[in-house]
Amino acid sequence: MSKHIEPFDVEGVRADFPILSREVGGDISTPGAGPDDSTPLVYLDNGATSQTPERVIDAMSTYYREYNSNVHRGVHHLSQEASIAYETAHDRLAEFIGASGGREEIVFTKNTTESMNTIAYSWGLAELGPGDEIVLSEMEHHAALVTWQQIAKKTGADVKFVRIDDDGRLDMDHARELIGENTEMVSVVHVSNVLGTVNPVADLADLAHANDAYIFADGAQAAPNRPVDVEELGVDFYAFSGHKMCGPTGIGVLYGKEHLLEAIDPFLYGGMMIRKVSFEDSTWNELPWKFEAGTPLIAEGIGLAEAADYIDEIGMERIQRHELELADYAMEQLEGFDDVEVYGPPRGEDRSGVVSFNLDGVHAHDLASIMNDYAVAIRAGDHCTQPLHETLGTAASARASFYLYNTREEVDTLLEAIDSARQLFA
Amino acid sequence: MSMGSDMYRQQILDHYKNPRNYGELDDPTFSHVGENPLCGDAIRVDVQLADDGETIEYVSFEGDGCAISQASASMFSGELQGKTLAELDEMDRDDVIDLLGVDISPVRVKCAVLAEIVAQDGAAIYRGEKEDVERSTTEE
Repeated sequence: MSKHIEPFDVEGVRADFPILSREVGGDISTPGAGPDDSTPLVYLDNGATSQTPERVIDAMSTYYREYNSNVHRGVHHLSQEASIAYETAHDRLAEFIGASGGREEIVFTKNTTESMNTIAYSWGLAELGPGDEIVLSEMEHHAALVTWQQIAKKTGADVKFVRIDDDGRLDMDHARELIGENTEMVSVVHVSNVLGTVNPVADLADLAHANDAYIFADGAQAAPNRPVDVEELGVDFYAFSGHKMCGPTGIGVLYGKEHLLEAIDPFLYGGMMIRKVSFEDSTWNELPWKFEAGTPLIAEGIGLAEAADYIDEIGMERIQRHELELADYAMEQLEGFDDVEVYGPPRGEDRSGVVSFNLDGVHAHDLASIMNDYAVAIRAGDHCTQPLHETLGTAASARASFYLYNTREEVDTLLEAIDSARQLFA
Repeated sequence: MSMGSDMYRQQILDHYKNPRNYGELDDPTFSHVGENPLCGDAIRVDVQLADDGETIEYVSFEGDGCAISQASASMFSGELQGKTLAELDEMDRDDVIDLLGVDISPVRVKCAVLAEIVAQDGAAIYRGEKEDVERSTTEE
């Protein structure tokens, strides 16, 4: 981060997101803004989902208003417009993560979890057997952990976990010990959703490939906030979700090297994914459509491509820098308190904008409820990483996660709310 | 209206910091454990019945978790002493929320009802009305 990166106008960015001007605190039974809302929203739950800029909402709304139609098949005008927009969205996402193979390497799924399951069910069930090993890390999200654990049970393969050190970094010596000739798949989170750790994915890819294993990186917490180049990382598979990067919910991306996706049989069967069907047999459509059975996520795909444009226009390096500065400021303040424990790599290291912590004597869920009085939205719980929390020695943690539109003033409100919880429970 | 601060009135905080009926009974008639996956709350409830096999004589609990779950267990264990198993069985979430005397935000209701669920399941298992499970959960 030594090179100079021009900051961007945060207030200007905030104006792009209609929800950020919302107040909250009123009746929750009717969704949306209401007359009793009175406290300005401080949204620090971006690790769970990011907010959506107006132009992404508009892109999807324009699709529904002007060219809503099914894709691939129709010869009529609307279907052609929709097909071109939907197919081009794949190219746009390929470019976003440096996949030079273009659309053939980009499968639209429901989310990161479904991307992971797609490879686990198609490749994993077919290829894994007793004696094979899948290597994960202790900081895996349940999306990877539960998926490979269950595939291992079905196939008789074993799952091994690379340890983390006290600061939440991957123990690479242990990784070198575990990744060996029996390893078939290394599945590792690129950026931890709890610790903010940025894992050395390229080194792990070299290790995996030296042992003739594949590597799948879970980029749910990386693709939204740092430049990702899947070819520089050297990964075979990569997954991320649209809704964490200013896009809509309901869409995720599975990247796979073209020759691998070509060789793997599809996991979901049905319409769109076939080339020729008889009563006896079927052949598969070309990539990536053979992995996109049924009517796909058309509006969502178009929205996600718009989100990629939005992010790239602001500049991914600038977003990364902004997020890290906020996390660093929050950690600096939190570390000043004796009764606060912050998890993950210390300040000054490359990390993401998630800051997970616990306040002595106050359960994370109690803390989150009190934060809600200040309209501060944070996450509390195990963040879909129960085994990691066992390693950390706590059932739950509070997590503030920052994004491009957050400000230092919002961090100050967070700290004020923490102080209020401290006094209430004293 | 802010739900959060309402939820943490003095009574709740007092029971959380100084839980009543906390600990283990020497010779419980039955005891049961349960958890609330939302917060990672876990408690064990010990119940000792009177000679009539129906009246609850003593209740104690031990646990770990958020203020709502632990304060609720503290208050609920006191409420149960002297009640019959039939009365316990008839209680529902509203009884617990009345006992707490505060508005519980919808997502936190599971924390509040943990002790009640554990006690009811424990009693049902003891009477053979429910299949024995190692632990109850608020997710069911």
